[in-house]
Amino acid sequence: MQNRRETLKQTATVAALLAAAGFPQFAQAAFNKAAFDAKGVQEAITAVGGGALAESKDVTITAPDIAENGAVVPVGVSTTLAGVKQLLILVEKNPAALIATFHVSDAVEGNFSTRAKMGQSSDVYAVAITNDGRALFAKKEVKVTLGGCGG
Amino acid sequence: MADPMRIRAQMAGDKANVRVLMSHEMESGQRKDAAGKLVPAWFIQEITASLNGKQVLAAEWGAAVSKNPFLQFFIKGAKAGDKVSVSWKDNRGDTRTDEATVS
Repeated sequence: MQNRRETLKQTATVAALLAAAGFPQFAQAAFNKAAFDAKGVQEAITAVGGGALAESKDVTITAPDIAENGAVVPVGVSTTLAGVKQLLILVEKNPAALIATFHVSDAVEGNFSTRAKMGQSSDVYAVAITNDGRALFAKKEVKVTLGGCGG
Repeated sequence: MADPMRIRAQMAGDKANVRVLMSHEMESGQRKDAAGKLVPAWFIQEITASLNGKQVLAAEWGAAVSKNPFLQFFIKGAKAGDKVSVSWKDNRGDTRTDEATVS
């Protein structure tokens, strides 16, 4: 019978071994707690290694104008830029701004969609972090109808 | 053990459009239960996807992704018959991997 402590210890060992074995392309893929705990948009960007935010036409965000249900807001992020390291989705007024990070590789297109929870109406950011650390963003305001009844 | 994911991978031009529906509570850690106590966060933290065993995507999620999450992405250079597998790991250490064939 394994107890929790032993299981945790073994998990850590396996993680360390995997890290040592090396997955260069995905080396940064370990869960970045600091970034997901960050309150603001710029804080989160800094935590994942991006610089100052700059608006860009090459980053596209897809989100509804009005979300009737803040628990399920479809958000898409895409970019046509080359040399993008990560694509991020952030909601400015959520308790923690960062929602999702996608590590872009050569084999996958810079185009992801998912669904997010939003506590209140807010700007939603799509941010592309380039290999040289620039943070390019596009944003869109999404209004959340409170109560979820579409009133 | 969590319920299986539903994965659909379809060719769209020279890319495979992969859509995944996972089954997970995605508890945000902000909600209170009937007794007024915070419900601890429980959410998918890491997602990886591979094509024929070679990893093509890594993603990290926060607690603010919706319950029973949906994810769509495009794999370049895939062809019909290729195997796409997707795995996730949540903050309790649970994992799940499912596989689908590109059609």
